[in-house]
Amino acid sequence: MIMIHIKENKCDFCGTCVAVCPVDAIEMAEADLKIIHETCIDCDICVWICPIDVLESRENPEEEVVND
Amino acid sequence: MTDFDVVVVGGGPAGSMAAWYAAKGGAKTIILEKDRDIGYPVRCGEAVSDAGLRQFVEPEPNWIAASISNIRMVSPNGTVIDTAGQALGYVLHRRIFDYDIANKAVQAGAHILTKAYVTGLLFDNGRVSGVEYEYLGEKRTLSAKVVIGADGVESRVGRWAGLRTALKLRDTESCVQFSVANVDVDPERIDFYVGHNYAPGGYLWVFPKGDGKANIGLGVVGSEAKHYKAIDLLNRFMEKEFPNASTLTMICGGVPVAKTLKKYTADGIMLTGDAARMVNPVTGGGIVSGMHGGKLAGTTAAEAVEAGDFSEKFFDRYVKGWNKAGGEDHARLYRIADAVDSLSDPDLDDIAASLSKVPQEKRSLLKIFTTAAKKRPSILIDVARAFAGF
Repeated sequence: MIMIHIKENKCDFCGTCVAVCPVDAIEMAEADLKIIHETCIDCDICVWICPIDVLESRENPEEEVVND
Repeated sequence: MTDFDVVVVGGGPAGSMAAWYAAKGGAKTIILEKDRDIGYPVRCGEAVSDAGLRQFVEPEPNWIAASISNIRMVSPNGTVIDTAGQALGYVLHRRIFDYDIANKAVQAGAHILTKAYVTGLLFDNGRVSGVEYEYLGEKRTLSAKVVIGADGVESRVGRWAGLRTALKLRDTESCVQFSVANVDVDPERIDFYVGHNYAPGGYLWVFPKGDGKANIGLGVVGSEAKHYKAIDLLNRFMEKEFPNASTLTMICGGVPVAKTLKKYTADGIMLTGDAARMVNPVTGGGIVSGMHGGKLAGTTAAEAVEAGDFSEKFFDRYVKGWNKAGGEDHARLYRIADAVDSLSDPDLDDIAASLSKVPQEKRSLLKIFTTAAKKRPSILIDVARAFAGF
């Protein structure tokens, strides 16, 4: 299954992805970014807009979910 | 009895102005700021026009990193256009500036809580009646008569109230900035580089901050951001133009270069500043527009508390105030931004070439506008004016 992922230790928490998300599927606190996968429609807009290439859209093998 | 009359979400210039004027009008007011600090991290190029700032506050010397008397535009092929010296504006220390504006709100009677992350709204019969927030991991609520969403480009407060704040890619600039040391820049001049090779659908800026320091950043329009990452373009520019620079701070962020929202009020809530998309869509400047919106929202909130009316209808005076003060101008600026977007790199070079024939001593802003107008569409006049006003 294709899902949006956050590359670890790279996010600057600027909120640009939150601003463009059409379905309000991203939450951001001071230093915490979360993709709400149940809401996310995998449109990839957040991946494109990110100024420093923190987000990626890729397959989600089960073993990786454990580490998320 | 509510906990507060007015709860302001976000402690940037828009939120602090809103709290200042709400408190000044007699409302019991609090700002909830999600970060640990007011004024930090600084997600801003920090340039502001003197005239814009003076509408709201007398500039304090310790806010000012550099006083600007010259604007340079660099076209895609490197043609340079300088304007003759005149006092135009400042590059601020936003960290100090934001503190002081917040302090003005406090002096007027407002409270501030940092590390207070708003997670949702409270509703009473469909009307916004407060906020849910987390403070140091503890879930809390605050009831309020009016909530003001000044929660920036990433605003979610509006969404929770049913306001449509999601930005289109074409209305969003994807930006990165390095605050650097050891660069040889004119301490009184701000530079804008335009064109596809620097920043597709946006521009690159070099804003001096004194002592060989500068804010150097760029924005790529969202619709181009799939193919051009802001960070890659900025690294390429720095290697070429400032190879000896050291980075003191690196920051990224989104700038809404949109029309002001169609609807930014509802029963019990008003949005302001970046959250309401009040940023100048040509320059991406949002300090002055945010202060303006915040002042209007705060004033209206205090009046609403006094009148005991927190309806969307009552907040019409806020919308009218914004439309009168800057809203129509804002709509015009958006049309300009749209037109500039359609200019190719050769178009921009062409305009720059004709401008460069104007003698240096005659390069007042007005003269440049006139020359540009002869060569190319009059929109260029408006662009230059928009920059002069930041």
